Amino acid sequence: MTRRLPKKDVVIVGLGWTGSIMALELAKAGLDVVAIERGPWRDTATDFNITTAPDELRYAIRQEMFLRPKQETLTMRNRLDQTALPIRKFGSFLPPNGVGGGGMHWNGQTWRFLPDDFRIRTHLTERYGEAFLPENNFIQDWPMSYDELEPYYDRFEKTLGISGQAGNLKGQIQPGGNPFEGVRSDHYPTPPMQQGYSQSLFTKAATDMGLHPFPRPSANLSQAYTNPYGVRMAPCTYCGFCEWFGCANYSKSSPQTCVLPALMRHSNFEARTDSEVTKVNLSRDGKRATGVTFVDSEQVEWEQPADLVLICAFAFFNVRLMLMSGIGKPYDPNTAEGVVGRNYAYQVGAGAVGHFGPGYNFNPFAGAGSLGAALDDFNSDNFDHGPHGFVGGASLTNAYTNGRPISYHPVPPGTPGWGAQWKRAVHETYNSTTNVGAQGSVMAYRDAYLDLDPTYKDPLGRPLMRMTFDYHPNEQKMAKFMMERSGEIIRRMGAKQVSTNALRVPYTVVPYQTTHNTGGAVIGNDPTTSALNRYGQSWDVPNVFVTGASSFPQNAGYNPTGTVGALCYWTLDAIKNQFLKSDAPLVQL
Amino acid sequence: MRRLGLAALLLLGTATLARADLDSYVAVEQGRYLAVAGDCAACHASPKGPFAGGRAIETPFGNINAANLTPDRDTGLGRWSAEDFWHALHDGHSVTDGHLYPAFPYNYYTRVTRTDSDALFAFLRSVEPVRNPVDRNTLPWPFSMRVSMLGWNALEFTPGVFQPDPQRSTEFNRGAYLVEGLGHCGACHTPMNAIGGPKQAQYLQGNSIQNWIAPNLTNDAQAGLGTWSVDDIVQYLQTGRNLHAAAAGPMGEVVEISTSKMTVPDLRAIATYLKERGAAGPAVPAPLPATDAHMDAGAALYTDNCSACHARDGKGVADLFPALAGAPSVRQDDPTTTIRVIITGAQVAATAGAPTSPAMPSFGWHLSDAQIADVVTYLRNTWGNAAPAVAATQVSSVRSAVAVPGK
Repeated sequence: MTRRLPKKDVVIVGLGWTGSIMALELAKAGLDVVAIERGPWRDTATDFNITTAPDELRYAIRQEMFLRPKQETLTMRNRLDQTALPIRKFGSFLPPNGVGGGGMHWNGQTWRFLPDDFRIRTHLTERYGEAFLPENNFIQDWPMSYDELEPYYDRFEKTLGISGQAGNLKGQIQPGGNPFEGVRSDHYPTPPMQQGYSQSLFTKAATDMGLHPFPRPSANLSQAYTNPYGVRMAPCTYCGFCEWFGCANYSKSSPQTCVLPALMRHSNFEARTDSEVTKVNLSRDGKRATGVTFVDSEQVEWEQPADLVLICAFAFFNVRLMLMSGIGKPYDPNTAEGVVGRNYAYQVGAGAVGHFGPGYNFNPFAGAGSLGAALDDFNSDNFDHGPHGFVGGASLTNAYTNGRPISYHPVPPGTPGWGAQWKRAVHETYNSTTNVGAQGSVMAYRDAYLDLDPTYKDPLGRPLMRMTFDYHPNEQKMAKFMMERSGEIIRRMGAKQVSTNALRVPYTVVPYQTTHNTGGAVIGNDPTTSALNRYGQSWDVPNVFVTGASSFPQNAGYNPTGTVGALCYWTLDAIKNQFLKSDAPLVQL
Repeated sequence: MRRLGLAALLLLGTATLARADLDSYVAVEQGRYLAVAGDCAACHASPKGPFAGGRAIETPFGNINAANLTPDRDTGLGRWSAEDFWHALHDGHSVTDGHLYPAFPYNYYTRVTRTDSDALFAFLRSVEPVRNPVDRNTLPWPFSMRVSMLGWNALEFTPGVFQPDPQRSTEFNRGAYLVEGLGHCGACHTPMNAIGGPKQAQYLQGNSIQNWIAPNLTNDAQAGLGTWSVDDIVQYLQTGRNLHAAAAGPMGEVVEISTSKMTVPDLRAIATYLKERGAAGPAVPAPLPATDAHMDAGAALYTDNCSACHARDGKGVADLFPALAGAPSVRQDDPTTTIRVIITGAQVAATAGAPTSPAMPSFGWHLSDAQIADVVTYLRNTWGNAAPAVAATQVSSVRSAVAVPGK
């Protein structure tokens, strides 16, 4: 027996970055807003106490803040002719759970995609010809340009207080910044972080090689900052407990440190935690959402009616909720028709580890999730791909996110995996090892997609989502190229011994790789190839908007959060300035 | 809002009109503001409503349950007239209960003008009536005899509306009216004598209350507000923090529900009064030398446990993590607040002007009494601070009073 709650103006599914920003802005606009979050409430004061937050065993090894497979998991296969099996322990990626979402336990690397990334198909076709694109690709242009999105990148960076060095300010190339970046309307809100010794070697080596290194834009703030919501943050202490941890110092931008203190002052906002939305309810003709159904921690089912439904969960779960609610046509790889689940993408990781030997003290424990120097010379289409036979690219970075005791003990190749020799090697090399890593794009393909699994079900009896994904030859070539470039740089930095990290093929769900899962409910200008119009509004159910990386048509060589945030503010403006007035589709065909 | 309007309308026929027009929107709104300035909700709020009463107020003589101030006829002030309300506020005498106890600080409220009293009453008549019977007689004998308050009043209480000092500015006098009257700041910040009366000679010179130190509010440079500007005080009262301090504990609550909602001119008046009425405090001792063994140990503990937020130079992070260098709360003669906050942690007030509510975590579970004594001694005697050293036994007694079992 479903109990029915009083109607709200807006119901938000998931209280992470986009859900909290949407909630705050719409509550400020005077609407009655409820956010329904599957996981628990978490705030810095209560949950990330400085005396207990830096607990590697609890948070990084036992993964306290992540989704448990028991709550929800996925099945995975590489190819269409395989039977997908359920992930019983998350490995390759770690979906978030709880208020703050991934924005709470992320590293804080906050990038803008490059102008070419937004018109990627047009650009690549113009430069190399259609035939140069990989087989079976679903590469598609974004429905807006970088310039259109720029003000929203700026807003998101100001909400977070991002620390960085502008590279292209109003068309003027800035020394020390990224010369490849799109035109910025303003500086970063705070100056870049203090870089370490290793980054100084990287910067010098890369500059000597004719490359263009710069400090990576960071949500670990270089100095105290008050954002436009009046929320105050403290400078980062370089403690090295960012990724997989909540920040105890109010230094890492998160919904907790940037949005929730302002949001929770609004009496017209309500958060329902430990409550999982199971369905977006539609009118009889399927053309209008009437609200959502959710199940609370006592397994009691509730209906929350609302005029506007915002799906703001993690990428996978946005797609699954749409599939289970019948919003949009499910994608079918056999006919290449349908849109929900289409264009799932991921990222490639490759790189080189350099062992420098005695005399080098890199102090990796003085790290931060987004501390580091990077270069974009091999990202996107910043270099001529003609001779290399692949498209896409990667940002190359020298960084220490951490030097934590349980997980970080790099040893030179040939060292035994345990015992006295291993211990000696850890002792000798802990402080004299550094790396150059590449984080690369993944294009969209006809056979990389998400759908509902025909076999496996969750505890509520609903089908799990199935992922069908592997790295295509294009991405494998690109990863190899980036591994070679990383090795060249680290040798130039002075490494005595270099070991390389190659892309693991076929793709496997262990070990950890990245939680930059994208696509499945993409934005576009063509309803036959996108689930959402350019404003993130469902083509089929116009009072449903969807945020998050699920809307990326394909993935770029950067962390997604900057673009997720920019798209959130872009959608928000469309809702506030257009939808609330018209209550209609914002794109007419 | 609609409900409140309706309640006010219904009252039209029944209210006994005294001096003020109880249904005047201006009077009601004025009263609403005065209820904020008087921090009435601090004692009279309960889960049943912001003025429904029933909350137990701790006193050295026992707990007293706050009265129901809503206009409920049987359990609240529904049968009261403005005159009755005036008597309670001005004379400490309730038409319902007889003599009031000074847990209701009528020795301060007696300074309130009749106009303001009537406005407060008009506002309280406008809130929704809540039926909430409150046992108003919980004190043990002999205090249970309310008539015993006659003796207390004879010794400690001089009724009388605030009289402005013509030698002082209007702003000073407004500040004095608020601090000495409705604000009843002295109820916490003035030391008490054996029968719970304020030691008038030490008015606002700081007081120990419920294992907190309500600091010296005179212009004393060591323990008081001497190093704070008028703007610093205004910022503190308005947002709960400034360069020198962050409001937590009981003062955090005062800021959240009272001062952060007051007008800036009133806050400036309070600040002007506090800055201009003079300085009084204990003599400043010479700081302990850094070579002292306890200072040395304290410095090491500080670096490991405290400096990430409060910074190596003790200056903290402006508007977020309070400075310890030059902080009056650290330099009080009595170190109870500093010890307590280290043991239990504390959370800074959240206000519209500063919504982040940063928390100091509890260190009680992993620092020993001796370690806490050393670190407190260190921060009381470095960066220009100077205050008596702290012994482990002092920490031990605070710990036994404030620590939560099992934590």
